Amino acid sequence: MSTRIASRFASLKRANRAALVAYVMASDPDQETCFEILKGLPAAGADVIELGFPFTDPMADGPSIQKAALRSLKAGGSLRNTLDLARRFRETDKDTPLILMGYANPIEQMGYDAFASNIKSAGADGAIVVDLPPEEDAPLRRAFAPHALSIIRLAAPTTNDKRLTKVLEGASGFLYYVSVAGVTGANAASAGDVRAAVERLQRATDLPIAVGFGVREPDAARAIARSADAVVVGSAFVDEIAAGPAAQAPERVLRKVALLSEAVRSARDAADVEGIRA
Amino acid sequence: MDVRRNWQDLPDAEGRFGPYGGRFVAETLMPLVLDLERAYREAQADPAFAATMADFWTHYVGRPSPLYFAERLTDHFGGAKIYFKRDELNHTGAHKINNCLGQVLLALRMGKTRIIAETGAGQHGVATATVCARFGLPCVVFMGATDIERQKPNVFRMKLLGAEVRPVTSGAATLKDAMNEALRDWVTNVADTFYCIGTAAGPHPYPEMVREFQSVIGREARAQILEREGRLPDAVMACIGGGSNAIGLFHPFIQDEAVRLIGVEAAGHGIDERFEHSAALNGGRPGVLHGNRTYLLQNEDGQILEGHSISAGLDYPGVGPEHSYLHDIGRAQYLSAKDDEALEAFKLCARLEGILPALEPSHALARVGDVAREIGKGGLIIMNLCGRGDKDVFTVADALGVKL
Repeated sequence: MSTRIASRFASLKRANRAALVAYVMASDPDQETCFEILKGLPAAGADVIELGFPFTDPMADGPSIQKAALRSLKAGGSLRNTLDLARRFRETDKDTPLILMGYANPIEQMGYDAFASNIKSAGADGAIVVDLPPEEDAPLRRAFAPHALSIIRLAAPTTNDKRLTKVLEGASGFLYYVSVAGVTGANAASAGDVRAAVERLQRATDLPIAVGFGVREPDAARAIARSADAVVVGSAFVDEIAAGPAAQAPERVLRKVALLSEAVRSARDAADVEGIRA
Repeated sequence: MDVRRNWQDLPDAEGRFGPYGGRFVAETLMPLVLDLERAYREAQADPAFAATMADFWTHYVGRPSPLYFAERLTDHFGGAKIYFKRDELNHTGAHKINNCLGQVLLALRMGKTRIIAETGAGQHGVATATVCARFGLPCVVFMGATDIERQKPNVFRMKLLGAEVRPVTSGAATLKDAMNEALRDWVTNVADTFYCIGTAAGPHPYPEMVREFQSVIGREARAQILEREGRLPDAVMACIGGGSNAIGLFHPFIQDEAVRLIGVEAAGHGIDERFEHSAALNGGRPGVLHGNRTYLLQNEDGQILEGHSISAGLDYPGVGPEHSYLHDIGRAQYLSAKDDEALEAFKLCARLEGILPALEPSHALARVGDVAREIGKGGLIIMNLCGRGDKDVFTVADALGVKL
């Protein structure tokens, strides 16, 4: 599977810290501003990037990402333009894993094989397709296999042990744990619940565990980064885009990324951990 | 006879009708969808479940609905005899309650304590609110803000029945957005909530389950026509939005290959004009939305387009997956009727038969004359009059330029 993802997680493991996985929506607020944001993400502290491709009916997403998708579509966003951003990003950064994330229908229309070869030639490393559970992702698995692209699977609080086995079959890259039953950007799960869930998942797989949905603030990110291998933040970054003039969107988003990154990077510092225990 | 068992056992174990159907949902929902299927299979195997449903159908809904010979309409067209299956006479005024009753009884079996539903025209919302009131369950109905505006009488009815109507403003604020919002609610309230889907679409087992609950229409119609005419009809006809009334009528006739199955989609302002219609089968392509693969109105990038129809109940960019399959294999034929044709048919039915049909079946009415003439004298057609037009009088008045 994708060596970029594996080597990034391996080096973070050596450094004993969790990854910050930063999600942004392609072409939000427009193609060029989005490229500026993407380009700046690694230096701001994003260890892995999830680049969303827009869909009119994002049924697993909360208001933040719904609005981002509509902004993207209004600015001409599409799966093709998303791939174009991925290609341009890869020209500026050879090492940061880049994952495409979205819904099945744009891929169905492009065709699974075309999607796979386009991802590969753009220099992206895999995909998360929210509405393709293991029961439905066989065409994607077949298309990805010859290119060694990763299929990032999702696990949720509702995923029991029997089902987890099915989720893990064919999963690669990392496992994305949806920490709350709900949509993206909703309420955060408690640190205790997350730790228990991460331990359960780590017993079942060697894949790194990334925890997302509802992580918006440094405190929550720090708490999760103590046990999980990665913390996924999306809605909080996407909200920054709409929070002011488009011209300053990169500055706002990257500042927020740096803030969350700092929290994730310091999470396992001894003093900090002691502080929490006390 | 059990038609399903004899006819290729569709859907298959994965919920597929050929390439259509399936379970395209987020992992959080997947265990719920599997639970639902398990509970549904248990209910299907339990004679007590069927008996309870039959009792409510008889004494609460008013089934069987009559099969009525539309004599003056038949004379008007001068072709095959036209029968109406009168599901508009059901309690709440449409076929929707057949399915709501089944799903709410299933929710009770599963120990669920809260029901959610989406609605377009408001008929499914009213039917769900009605059954929830009957069983004392809290009910939240998601409805697009645009639809709330054009279906005020039904919004008020739902509130009178104790339901909470939650306006949906995301996207285009119509039925598809209401369905997105209901799915988001379900994913957030996984423990106690049952999602009562109103049409034969969504992730497996919904398309099959809704079909089975609605098949009472076709089973009755089949027995009634055999009794009245001593033979099967030449064609059965119904309007198609998501297609629940149509699949309910079609399914018990599906292996009677001599019986033509004819659906009528909403052509809005015309299928030629760019997406000013809701005819997914005639003007769309296969894709994935709301948990299933089916024909959809969409652009080249796979973005879903807003449909248009004068009838809010047909204004949906997709169609149930079984219709997509029947369309591809040619077992059913899908025609379409434009807004103005449906309006003319509405007026004609009112004048000739003394029945105000809903705008949804008015689309089927708009094509029934063509089919009657084509089949000719001596032929038999059953058309599902799946809803009554009381809810539409404001829309019709508006379209006719009449101020009430």
